[in-house]
Parts: sequence; C-alpha cells; structure tokens
Amino acid sequence: MTLFADGATWLPVAFAALMGAAILLYVVLDGYDLGVGILTGAPVEPAQRDRMIASIGPFWDANETWLVLAVGLLLVAFPQAHGAILGALYLPVAVMLLGLIMRGVSFEFRAKVSANHKRLWDRLFFGGSLLTALAQGYMLGLYIVGFERTAAHVAFAMLTALCLAAGYAFIGAAWLIMKTERDLQRRAVTWARALLWPVAIGLAAVSVVTPLVSERIFAKWFSLPNLVLLAPVPLVTAAVLIGLHMALRALPSRTDRFCWLPFAGAVAIFLLGFHGLAYSFFPYVVPEQLTVWQAAAAPEALLIMFVGAMIVLPVIGLYTAFAYRVFWGKATDLRYV
Amino acid sequence: MDPLILARIQFAANISFHILFPTITIALGWVLLFFKLRFSATGDERWKDAYRFWVKVFALSFALGVVSGITMSFQFGTNWPGFMNKVGNIAGPLLAYEVLTAFFLEATFLGIMLFGWNRVSNRVHTLATFLVAFGTTMSAFWILVLNSWMQTPAGFEIRDGVVHATDWWAIIFNPSMPYRLTHMLLASGLTAAFLIAGLSSYQWLKGNRSAGVRAALKTGVVLGAVLIPLQIVAGDLHGLNTLKHQPAKIAAMEGIWETQKGAPMVVFGLPDETTRSNRFEIAIPNIASFYLTHDWYGEVKGVNDFEHRPPVAPVFFAFRVMVGIGLLMLAVSWLGAWQLWRRGEVRPVLARALVAMTFAGWVATLAGWYVTEIGRQPWLVTGVLTTAQAASKTVGAGLVASTLAGYLAVYAALLAAYVLTLFYLARRAGAPHDHAPAEPARAGGDTVAGPGVAVPA
Repeated sequence: MTLFADGATWLPVAFAALMGAAILLYVVLDGYDLGVGILTGAPVEPAQRDRMIASIGPFWDANETWLVLAVGLLLVAFPQAHGAILGALYLPVAVMLLGLIMRGVSFEFRAKVSANHKRLWDRLFFGGSLLTALAQGYMLGLYIVGFERTAAHVAFAMLTALCLAAGYAFIGAAWLIMKTERDLQRRAVTWARALLWPVAIGLAAVSVVTPLVSERIFAKWFSLPNLVLLAPVPLVTAAVLIGLHMALRALPSRTDRFCWLPFAGAVAIFLLGFHGLAYSFFPYVVPEQLTVWQAAAAPEALLIMFVGAMIVLPVIGLYTAFAYRVFWGKATDLRYV
Repeated sequence: MDPLILARIQFAANISFHILFPTITIALGWVLLFFKLRFSATGDERWKDAYRFWVKVFALSFALGVVSGITMSFQFGTNWPGFMNKVGNIAGPLLAYEVLTAFFLEATFLGIMLFGWNRVSNRVHTLATFLVAFGTTMSAFWILVLNSWMQTPAGFEIRDGVVHATDWWAIIFNPSMPYRLTHMLLASGLTAAFLIAGLSSYQWLKGNRSAGVRAALKTGVVLGAVLIPLQIVAGDLHGLNTLKHQPAKIAAMEGIWETQKGAPMVVFGLPDETTRSNRFEIAIPNIASFYLTHDWYGEVKGVNDFEHRPPVAPVFFAFRVMVGIGLLMLAVSWLGAWQLWRRGEVRPVLARALVAMTFAGWVATLAGWYVTEIGRQPWLVTGVLTTAQAASKTVGAGLVASTLAGYLAVYAALLAAYVLTLFYLARRAGAPHDHAPAEPARAGGDTVAGPGVAVPA
C-alpha cells in the first residue's frame, strides 16, 4: 500500500490529528473543571463550594493528563515546533504552570488542612484556576497572531485570555447544571446566562481577527468553494448560541430531564471553534513558519508511537468512560474510603 | 549569570521537587494494595484504618507529583530544545509510551481508588488500587528506560547529525537499565517504608495506639528491614555496572584523582578542582580496588585521566550522603524489626529515631540522583550530546532567572505545606471525631448514588 509506504507524508498529518484531538479533549475536559474552579470564586456557601469541587474531584487528574498528552505529542512528533512555540510563549507558559500547580495541590490541601487554613487553599484554588485559564487564552491569542507582539496583538491576546476564561467558566457552569441540584443548580444557570455573552464576543473576535492577521488564511476562507463549505461553521455556532440562550431561560426545569443540554451545547461550541481554528492553520503547526511535515520527527519514530497510540487510546477511552459511569448522576460529597 | 547554569539549576530544582512525590507514590501504591488485600482477606478493621489514613497521604503526594510533572513536560522544549532535536526519535516514543500506558491509567483509576469505595464492588475497588500502583510503576519503568539510555545509550545510529533508532530492544534494555530501575524501585520502597514507619511512630508517640497505627508501623519497619539489604546489593551491582560503562563517574564518586593500582577507599576529603586532589583526605588503602575490581591491587582509573569528566565534589559528597543514610536505615530498621519481634512494640527512643528519619528516603534518593546525573556531566547523552549543546540559545538569562525564583518560592512553600499537612493528618487521625461510624449499607445501585444517598465515610 502506497499510503503506508510513504510514512513521511501521512504520519505527520495523523499526528497533527491526534494532537488536535488531545487538545480538544483537554479544553473540554479540563475546561469544565477549570471553569468550576473559576466559579468557586463566586460568593457561595462553603457547603456549596465543597459540592462544586466534589463534582470534579474524581476527574481532574485524568483531565489534566490530556494536556500532558497534547504537549507530549507536540514534543515527540514535532520537536522543532515544541521548542519554537513554547520558547515564544515562555512567560505565559510559566504563569500557566504556576496556576496549574496552585490549583492542583489546592484540591488536596483544602480537604486535609484544618478549618482555618481551608479558606487560604480555596482562594488559591480559585486563583490558580483563573490564572491557568487566562494564561491559556493569552497563549491562544499569541498563537493566532503568529507570536507578533505589537500593542494591538497583545491587546488581542488579552481579549482571548478573558474570553477563554469566560468559555471555561461557561462550560464549568454547564457542568454544574448537569451535576448539581436545587439552589446550586439555580446559581449555575444564572452564571451560565451571564457568561454566554462574553463567549459569543470571544468567538466573534477570533473569527474576525484570524483572517486579518494572515493573508494565507484570508485567501483560504474567502475563496470558492471554501467560502460555501465553511459557511456552516459560523452559522451552526450562531444557532447553538441562540439555542443555549433559550435553553438557559427555561432551566432549571422541574423534572431536570434536560440538565445535560447546556453542557452538550458548550461542547458543541468548543468543537466548532476548534474545528475552525484547526482548519485555518493546517498544515502549519507554527503559524506561517513550520508545516507539520517540516517539523515532524523521523517516520520510524512516528510509526512506533502511532501503533502504540492506536492500541492504547481505545483502551484509555474505555476506562475513562467507566470512570465517568462510576460517578454518574448528581455529585455527592466526596469521602475517602 | 550564565544562562546554561541557570537553566540547569531550574531543571534540577523542578526535577528534584518532582521526584520526591513519585518516589513515595510508586511504592505506597503497592503498600495500599497490601492493606486492601489484607482487609479483604481478614475483614479486620485495622487494615481498613491503615488504608483510610495512607490513601490520603497518597492522594496528596500524587497531586504534587502530577503538577510538578506537567512543569517538566514543558521545560524539555523550552529550556532544552537541543535534546529533542538530537535524540527526539528515541526519547519521544519512550515519553509517549509513558503517557499512554501509565499516566492515563493511574490518573483515571485514582478517582475510583480515592472516592469509589462505596460506589463499586470491593473487587473493582481492589482492581482500581492495583491499576494505580501498576500505573505508577509503569511510569517509573519508562522514565528510567529513558534516563538509562541517556547514561548508556545503545541501539541507535546517527544520520545527518540526528539520532535514529535501530534496535528498540537494545534501547529499552540498555546496559544500565536493569540496575538503575531496580535501584530506583527499591529506593521508592525504602522511602515509603520510612515515611510509613516515621509517621506511624509519630502517632504512636502522640498516644494513638490504635490497631491501625500498629499495623502500619509494623508494615513500615518490616518493609524497610527487608528492602535495605536488597538495596545495598543492588547498589553495589549498579556501581560495578557504572564502572564498566561510565568509569569517570565512579572515579568522582570515590574521589580518586590519579590512576593507581591498589586504590584506597576515601572515607572523607575535600575534593579540590584547582589542585585536582583531595584535601584533608582520610583513606583506607587498597579497599576501593578490592570492591571495584575484586583484586586488592587492581587498577582504578583516576578522574585526571579522563578527557570528559564531571565535577568531583558534588558527586563525591552526594555519594557519601546516600551511603550514610543507607547504613543508618539498615541499623534503625533492623533494630526496629528486632524490637517488634521480641517485645511486640518499638522502644520510645527508636520511635523518635524513626520520626527523625521520616523523610530520610527523600534525602537518600535525591543524593543518589545527584550522583548519577552530575556524574554523567558534561554529557547529557553519554558520548552523543553535551548539556551545553542541548540548552536553549534563545531564552534569555533574565527570563530563566525570574521564572526560577518563582518556581523556587512555590516549591519551598508547597514542601513546607506538604510536610506540615502530613503531621497534621497524623495528629488528627488520633482525635476522636475522625473515627467515623461503622459502614452503612452500600449506596443504592452499583454506580448511581442518588441525591438522597449519603456516601458513608
């Protein structure tokens, strides 16, 4: 088969797809738990905060592993791009790591320290979650503008920082609508309503700026037949946003049958937004500098990883589904043993 | 300051902080499985109490390990781009397999292990505990394969200046891997053993004489007493392996500058890089030759006769710290095991010694890693890539220095919080309010705990 004979052609594309899938899974999965972390900063009862954190407690470790996989794939499949991208983003990466460290350890410390120290770890948990989200949004913005650092570009990156944080908080609120009940659920609905607008603004801003900063992307979008083929993406996104707006007005419902709807809508928005970005930037892994083929590791090394990934990833999918099944339904307080 | 030195300090700080926590969790996972299996077999509440306490320590240690590990996956590229550019075709797949076969496994089943006792069957919970322990060990396996390959590379060729794999079997089972992996797994076992013995002794001295504390104390002491002789043998074999493949490291460890027959064992000295000799040396003639070559007059090559040689003083001292702690562990754990056997409990003096040695495993493990990592210098990958070649040329010293200061402050605060929290948990475990009522009935249904169902403690 010629397809398999020419690994240097298809393997980099396959790894770009794998990395894209890992990033998408990461922003959805860690997105909701970072979002819940941001929302713990809202004025809530201590018991409600405990319940919010309990809803993500069994999952956050595995969720963050998708970030390790995404960065790991970048590192091992596109080593030159890893150095170029993370070197250009050195400071925001360091800020994000500090945020991830703060929130990750706060999960455990807040549940183990004495009552008078718990507030401190709660604040660190909120601060770390927010810092992580902002840093990731800032990096996304800088990536989109090709790491240019004029005042306008940095301002755009700050806007994406705020919007991604809002996006995480939105999917976090949607998660809470699904996983909680009564007063906390009502609050989550209020949060989700308030956050929907910044999410819409962020999506619009990225959609306008992306073709403006890159002639290549402009040409890609506004040429036939791409214009027709791509048109459904913003249209469907707008439809989902309107649908979410209407659903959130109706929630929480008495029977709670549709509590999962906002979360599904949030996932759809992340999926569409990510798809749009991925389509625009492919085949570049470092915008306008390195394509996936230029940055790729040797085909033999890629092949041995690809085979492993194809065997192991379905297994990971299975046991991840099992873990979600075990903690299915409304969140309850977490206790060891 | 030199950006290379700063980048090295930053990576050393991160990896030193990181290793503390996997060193605990790798072995503690298996100890928890042991507690769980004992409980399943006997139904004795003491094993459940021990599990209940130590699973909290595990959770806290695991979280610290995860967050510090994420930091490193970023730093490989930012601080050491030359590493992946040169040897990425080998390091890449090994790291990828670590993420795929270990990280997801441990992180996913951790949730069930920590919070699933009442949500899944006993068997599934035991399986989850096993898979977490297995995952941490797999992670250790892959990372030690990579580290060993960097020490003693094999199974590759260099084409166009880039390393390509030719034989994965030779890469994975490279000459130093079996020794290094064994040595590290035993180090993890000893770290966990002394942590368990130390914290349990602390509880014991504070008046908590519950059956769970006794069970944990005995487990820790006996585990330490069993593992330390094995570790001494494994360490010796690892040293002989190093002598064969990285003789300059051994010369630095021994503080032997000049090649000589009948080399002495340097008990103490101050290695001096300017005079290339030891000051204030206390040495016993011929011993080093005997244990390195098994011949009283065997020739041992000195540091000065190597073209590429590591700095002697840090390797020399770190090696003595490691060996010193190992001997102390031998004395304390055997005395403890003797007292437990003869009297059924340890004496207060020994209990205090065990408390003092709660984190002895950390010090020994760090010292051991400093020996092997500094001892490899100036190479990052022996004979293939130097540390200087791998360093980033673009990231400025100021940026590295400021982020380093940030990392150090956070690590120091977290380390203090971790140690204080462990002792706080130990004190609280003895307080009456922590004793939860007996197990109520299982929550309704296997998996779905309805809103009204209280999850029992």
